Amino acid sequence: MAKITLSNLRHSYYPNPSSPSDYALKEIDLDWSDGGAYALLGPSGCGKSTLLNIISGLLVPSEGRILFDGQDVTELAPDKRNIAQVFQFPVIYDTMSVYDNLAFPLRNRGRDEDTVRSRVMAIAEMLEVTDMLDQKAAGLSPDNKQKISMGRGLVREDVNVVMFDEPLTVIDPHLKWKLRSKLKELHQRVKATMIYVTHDQTEALTFADQVVVMQLGEVVQIGTPVELFERPAHTFVGHFIGSPGMNVLPCEVSAGQAMLGGQPVALEGPIQGEAKGQTEIGIRPEFVSLAETGLPATVTKVSDLGRHMVVEADLNGTTVSAVINGTPPEKGAQVHLQFRPDQTRLYVDGWIATNPQEG
Amino acid sequence: MKTENNKGWFFVAPVLVLVAFNALIPMMTVVNYSVQETFGDNVFFWQGLDWFQQILRSDRFHSALGRQFLFTFLILIIEIPLGIAIALSMPRKGFWVPVCLVLMALPMLIPWNVVGAMWNIFTLPDIGLLGYFLNHVLGINYDMTQDPLAAWVTIITMDVWHWTSLVVLLSYAGLVSIPDAYYQAAKIDGASNWSVFRYIQLPKMKTVLTIAILLRFMDSFNIYTEPFVLTGGGPGNSTTLLSIDLVKIALGQFDLGPAAAMSLIYFAITLLVSWLFYTLMTKDDLN
Repeated sequence: MAKITLSNLRHSYYPNPSSPSDYALKEIDLDWSDGGAYALLGPSGCGKSTLLNIISGLLVPSEGRILFDGQDVTELAPDKRNIAQVFQFPVIYDTMSVYDNLAFPLRNRGRDEDTVRSRVMAIAEMLEVTDMLDQKAAGLSPDNKQKISMGRGLVREDVNVVMFDEPLTVIDPHLKWKLRSKLKELHQRVKATMIYVTHDQTEALTFADQVVVMQLGEVVQIGTPVELFERPAHTFVGHFIGSPGMNVLPCEVSAGQAMLGGQPVALEGPIQGEAKGQTEIGIRPEFVSLAETGLPATVTKVSDLGRHMVVEADLNGTTVSAVINGTPPEKGAQVHLQFRPDQTRLYVDGWIATNPQEG
Repeated sequence: MKTENNKGWFFVAPVLVLVAFNALIPMMTVVNYSVQETFGDNVFFWQGLDWFQQILRSDRFHSALGRQFLFTFLILIIEIPLGIAIALSMPRKGFWVPVCLVLMALPMLIPWNVVGAMWNIFTLPDIGLLGYFLNHVLGINYDMTQDPLAAWVTIITMDVWHWTSLVVLLSYAGLVSIPDAYYQAAKIDGASNWSVFRYIQLPKMKTVLTIAILLRFMDSFNIYTEPFVLTGGGPGNSTTLLSIDLVKIALGQFDLGPAAAMSLIYFAITLLVSWLFYTLMTKDDLN
């Protein structure tokens, strides 16, 4: 177990990168503390798998260093780093039994059979696969195969970090939930640092204590699931997390006041610095309500999500979503929208530009 | 009640007719010959299983069969490991992939009798490139028309040259179908190169290798054209493989009855070995 530090990390798949767009990873500085459960969340192609492969040593970064407990491991081969990785598709050794699969990493490192046996038994019990140990691994169901590949990662008692690269992609939906809670439980039992890569916000938010959101090779925000939901640092995070995502409404700013279609909108607090560039108001649908007064809009769509309704309304040409409990208005109805001021934020060029009001 | 749709038979029918004319009917005439004696003019005498008995007890058949098994065994033991080794060392991506694949496929594109003729000229002691080099540059006495060992070395080399590519291409197809994650996982698990081969590459190649061995067995066991053109079965009878011997009996001596019986025995052996091999190799997959 170890603390992992990424310092000034950059990576490009081109031999001579010139422009920033040549980089799959742009300038990453991160600390992962010992024993933490992290998620790397982002859309496909945002560089999260690249980052993972750099940590595991399958890729050597173009620039920057990786430290495990302060020790530079940038040039070290994967098997020397003492890490474990679980892949998108379960990797098992078909011709071996489940027992031999689990024992494989230990035997490769020359442990004696007694140690191997006790470790394999302990891990098998933890994963609830003890009754399958004598079976051929090839015949297992996908979720059990994925458990075995997880087990191969956990079987070494001294792994620095266990990494999961979208491990639930091929698992049936009803087993996904089970396996996810198993993972969470495992994390609490083995106390290893775990990094979970996914593009699924539910998976990330349920697994991790800290979520790292990435976009286009950059870290956009790091925070607890609640922080990401409540105060997205970037409109991308607002969009990406939450269902439906945050409303992002282009607006004007004059004299420190945000104006939407000529009407002033109260923000959570004062605007930092000068609001130059593209200015947008960000508010989650959960904090938009329908009232007697407010911004006038026309209802364009009503969706019943079971627990609540999502009303989409047209406000000066942009669509605003609102989460409503109770009876929704009819399609085409004229409504007035109210934004909860302490949840209404201004974003300049995508980045948050308001400070919350004190007190 | 479940109605059965029998329309599928219409689609199979043309193939059945084709197979009947090019395999079943000729085969039945062979069966017909194998139990009778004929002196021409469509006059036949019932012979029972005499020809089979005669063939099975003949030393000539035994030694041809022995040579045949030796030939097949030798080419398999060379071509399979060599093919795997070449496939493993071929690039997996990039510019050189199509180049390698085309170079590999080339020998297989050459007609069999041309292969025989090529190697015949290639190995002629006085004018062949290889023959001249061996005899006049290295000073090795090499003449496959005189020396049985030289003849064997030549037909084995020729077959390896001609057919190793098949094993290479099949193994390569098996190799490239292995996802990168397997190699990455193996790296992380600290597996040695040998372990990667033994536990990842070989199991993933198993199916295609089974096919490769089966094809090479059948082809080499039935081989005729190349050694016939190259050595004609000589010197003496030293490279007279089963098929060459069969043609000698049938067309050289015109002993149609014994030749027919021998064909059937030959066929049965090929079928039996193929079936045994395939059953053994795929036995695990069924469970």
